[in-house]
Amino acid sequence: MSGMIRLVDIHKSFGKQKVLDGLNLDIEDGKTTVIIGRSGGGKSVLLKHVIGLLKPDSGQVLIDDVDMTKLNERDLNEIRKRFGMLFQEAALFDSMTVGENVAFPLREHTKMTEKEIRQIVSDRLRSVGLTGVEEKMPSELSGGMKKRVGLARAIALRPEIVLFDEPTTGLDPVMTEAINQLIMDTQKNFNLTCIVISHDIESIFRIGHRIAMLYEGKIIEYGTPEVIRTSTDPVLVQFLSGSINGPIMIL
Amino acid sequence: MNRISAAADELGRSIMAGVEEMGKILLLFLSVVAWMFRPPLKARNILKQMEFVGVKSIFVVVLTGSFTGMVMALQSYHGFHMFSAESLVGSTVALGMTRELGPVLTALMVTARAGSAMAAELGTMRVTEQIDALYVMAANPVKHLIVPRVIAGVLMLPLLTVVSDFVGIIGGYFVGVHLLHINEGVFLKNITRMVDLNDLYNGLIKAACFGLILSVIGCYKGFNASGGAEGVGKATTEAVVFSSITILISDYFLTAIMF
Repeated sequence: MSGMIRLVDIHKSFGKQKVLDGLNLDIEDGKTTVIIGRSGGGKSVLLKHVIGLLKPDSGQVLIDDVDMTKLNERDLNEIRKRFGMLFQEAALFDSMTVGENVAFPLREHTKMTEKEIRQIVSDRLRSVGLTGVEEKMPSELSGGMKKRVGLARAIALRPEIVLFDEPTTGLDPVMTEAINQLIMDTQKNFNLTCIVISHDIESIFRIGHRIAMLYEGKIIEYGTPEVIRTSTDPVLVQFLSGSINGPIMIL
Repeated sequence: MNRISAAADELGRSIMAGVEEMGKILLLFLSVVAWMFRPPLKARNILKQMEFVGVKSIFVVVLTGSFTGMVMALQSYHGFHMFSAESLVGSTVALGMTRELGPVLTALMVTARAGSAMAAELGTMRVTEQIDALYVMAANPVKHLIVPRVIAGVLMLPLLTVVSDFVGIIGGYFVGVHLLHINEGVFLKNITRMVDLNDLYNGLIKAACFGLILSVIGCYKGFNASGGAEGVGKATTEAVVFSSITILISDYFLTAIMF
């Protein structure tokens, strides 16, 4: 199975701590892949490898058969324009308004007029369920609103691939469902390839076309929600049921 | 013996860490220079920083400069009075301000104000992943965040120093002529006699160098902050301390070269 994005034999350590230990993962084109795993288990590290924020100690990150780890900054930036990323705390620029935040990628990479940019900004904000917030500052927004603005910014340039770092962590159940719905709708409407990191077991079965479990630096199980749900791997069973009994040690 | 070797080990490690950090700061400086000339220029960011570093520091600089000039007049009067040379107070204040105190004290005040802000802002952006967000959106943080701040530092410090020199001399004039009753004519004549434009210009060159130092170190510390609020606090403190020490040390070498 070949995907647009392939992680091949990735090894990554921080000091003495080995975080990724021979990780292999193929991300299927046009589908949502959810990566689950323990807190501090390396999921964010994995995501950062996909977009080149981190370079592996060894291994390859292939996007359309181009090895990202070998690119210089200019070529890396060209590939990054195909991505959008929603960070865990949205990472909005707090010195700019909501409108300026969403307009940032447009002003950076296109030659659109101010009028066109304003139109697109309001479109993107509307598609995440926000209207009339362009002049607000990020500090005035709630957590859920920040994430939605972050998503609007991530899709401003209509990227092909969108990465989500724990999009529903810390949100109430209603907001969680709203964000899940948003991810599914955006993925379907624009035929995106989505990679989502999540802890939220219910959400992952809702939104994921494919689910991968990261454990001790490797992907131990990968498949459709059905495959994952019916897996007999003891680690996976313990994780999904949220039990403290099993091979996963509580550190 | 073990304690001595442990102490030597510790000393060696901190020296190497210090040298490594100086190297990294120099690399940041080089990348700032490289990005400064790559279009498009982010004029709006640059002007915003210039306003923050320059315009908003004026009050502090005026206060510092005027009181420095005033106290210089007061102190030098006592010494010169012994030789009936009070007429030299004016030129002493003017030379002191333009050559040394204007550039150095202005730089230290702006470091405390703007240098710490640069470290705190960039540090906070780093720990809230805003800098990662810039990379992800194929925008270079050095260009967007650091270049405007360095340009603001280099351009605004000389301008602020001129203001400081000016109010310092006025402060010295006020204390000398009106409080200490030095003859106004000789006071002013000696200034024009003994202070020449080179004193002023060299002071401004120093100021530009100090502006470069405080902005590069402030941005470097903030950019490399880690570890949440404590990390940002540490970065801010280190930025101010490092910049201040570097300014004072380089002041000696610049003065030795120029005067």
